[in-house]
Amino acid sequence: MSRKHWLQAAAAVAVIIIAAVGVSQLLERMVAPAAPPQSTAAPAAPAASVPHIIATLYYGTADGQALAAVKREVPLGDGPRAQGRQILESELEAAPAPYLSLIPAGTMLLAFYITDRGDAFVDLRPEVSTMHPGGSTNELLTVYAIVNTVTANLQSVERVQILINGKQADTLAGHVDLRRPFERDTSLVREAKGTQ
Amino acid sequence: MLVLVVPHAQGTAPPSPLTLISRDGRRPVPTTLVNGQEFIALDDLASLFQLAVRDDALAGGVTVSYKGRTIVASADQPMASVNGRVVTLPAAMTRVGRRLFVPVDFIARAVAPIYDTPIDLRRASRLLIVGNIRVARVTTRIDAVGPPTRATIEVTPALLVSQAADAGRVLVRVEADVIDPAPPPAPAGLIDQIQTGTQTTTVAIALNARAGTPRVSTTTTTESTRVTIEVPLAAPSQDTSTAPPPPALPALPAPTGPAPPALPALSGPKLQTMVIDPGHGGDDNGVRGPKGTLEKQVALEVARKLKTLIETRLGVRVVMTRDEDRSVSPDERDAIANNSKADLFLSLHANGAPSADVKGTEVYYLRLDRAGEEARRSTAATELVLPVISGGTRPIDVIPWDLAQAAHVDASSRFASMLEEELEKRGPMGPRPLQQAPMRVLSGANMPAALVEIGYLTSADQERSIQSADVQGGLVQGIYDAIVRFRAFLESPPSQ
Repeated sequence: MSRKHWLQAAAAVAVIIIAAVGVSQLLERMVAPAAPPQSTAAPAAPAASVPHIIATLYYGTADGQALAAVKREVPLGDGPRAQGRQILESELEAAPAPYLSLIPAGTMLLAFYITDRGDAFVDLRPEVSTMHPGGSTNELLTVYAIVNTVTANLQSVERVQILINGKQADTLAGHVDLRRPFERDTSLVREAKGTQ
Repeated sequence: MLVLVVPHAQGTAPPSPLTLISRDGRRPVPTTLVNGQEFIALDDLASLFQLAVRDDALAGGVTVSYKGRTIVASADQPMASVNGRVVTLPAAMTRVGRRLFVPVDFIARAVAPIYDTPIDLRRASRLLIVGNIRVARVTTRIDAVGPPTRATIEVTPALLVSQAADAGRVLVRVEADVIDPAPPPAPAGLIDQIQTGTQTTTVAIALNARAGTPRVSTTTTTESTRVTIEVPLAAPSQDTSTAPPPPALPALPAPTGPAPPALPALSGPKLQTMVIDPGHGGDDNGVRGPKGTLEKQVALEVARKLKTLIETRLGVRVVMTRDEDRSVSPDERDAIANNSKADLFLSLHANGAPSADVKGTEVYYLRLDRAGEEARRSTAATELVLPVISGGTRPIDVIPWDLAQAAHVDASSRFASMLEEELEKRGPMGPRPLQQAPMRVLSGANMPAALVEIGYLTSADQERSIQSADVQGGLVQGIYDAIVRFRAFLESPPSQ
């Protein structure tokens, strides 16, 4: 084999390896989109092929009394609806330390859409209700973690309605009225932290 | 043209008019006495029951019709034909001035059989009851002059009663739409006064200054409910120490003179009925503490204690949305409150937080969203005027069921503030002691309403303490004190 052929073969192998890595990463994202971030908080520097944005997500403060606005990197979405999905899927992941998760583990996003009137609908799997620990405080924190996360990052959204399994629901756990959409409410937010 | 051969007569008014009672309220119905017989004007009757009256020359009387059914009343015979069946009357029609009159029994014997809803004429109690109204016949008697003085109140049919008693009085409230009281007996022994009337569903017994704290018991058979009252003499000099109330209870108005005051609460109290709503129940456990304590159980325990205290101390009727471990939807809870015509609604819960360190009591009242605010502003503008059975009209505020609370948010805010202030005296408050939030169960309550989270079951400390009688007693007392303050607020002049 000539030197030229060796170079061609090496280039072909390199292309295959790069492609395989890319496909592997893509598959990983598709199969396990809700994989929790590293406990060391900030995700590793994003791969150049997956652009990210900095979004404000809401979690429970360490003392469990309030909401904390936390800056986190989430994948860039194509338009408000896709971006909303990315943000919500990040929000559904476990909270980074020292914050507390307010949405029951296992809760999945079924759908997210935005109307022309600025109403967003967040459709969640029933675990958000069936696995909810209950209590007015827990329920208010869960609801406004979702509502504030959507409204803080998507300017076109004014109000957020939470659906469960595609349907309007009464409450998550017997307290907070889910029948009508919510507007952003920062009265439960106590502190803001830097980028995670 | 009316061609009748009826006697002309001169009428006199009976001692009191009949009182018509229906779902739309009550109103007097004038009658007149002619030759000792009580008559009612046929045109009044037609107006009350939407009857059409026309003369019937062939039959020699009048034809009264209602939705295709007819009564033919004879002008000169004490009888009428009701849908083809002859019924007798105590007297024939008569004329007073230019108006035709029929005996009042015409209502029960002729009109009732052709009418859509039940009509019950109770002549002894001067009641004309239209519709499915729960009417309780209430008979009071004194069985023994004593002391101890013993009295019995018999309620027929068997209905729920609630009672409140202290050293000055006994109040027995019957869970009926109206009571039909037999004339009360003359006071005797340690009983100074017995008040019954058709304007309330309460029998009030005022006690002598020498009376001690009465004992009241209730027994129910299939036919009636019997309330037995035994009034002992007060202990000579230890009138407050022999059976002391819990130390922190507010003193009831003490009987200072020879006779207690004339039961002012009966003259139209603004807080007659309240609903206590123990949260969750049945399949819905609510919060579960680390040791397994369930919110639904704790809420019910505290609710029962609160109910007892309110009924015995305030004489306010208390309705529970659940008194056992059963599932109740938010709408059902509101419906119970609204259908009870409650003046106040209190939901009791135990809280949960994402950290076990969060503790304390918190009070909520409803925060309206945009739709709720609009409903609140437009409540006065959405008044419908509906016809009522008596032929008149009644204004009715129209507001969507799920926004019923909108009209009461200001009063609810007052009540919630009072709860927070009183509960703060009794124990630790949570991080947000008073909050406004979109609480589902409050939104449909058509009366001032609040929700108390008595403590955090997710805190191991509070899970333990919240089950103690002392802590529950303190919570109940704090809530009770707030209710007493709110009652005073309701009964204060509007400017305050």
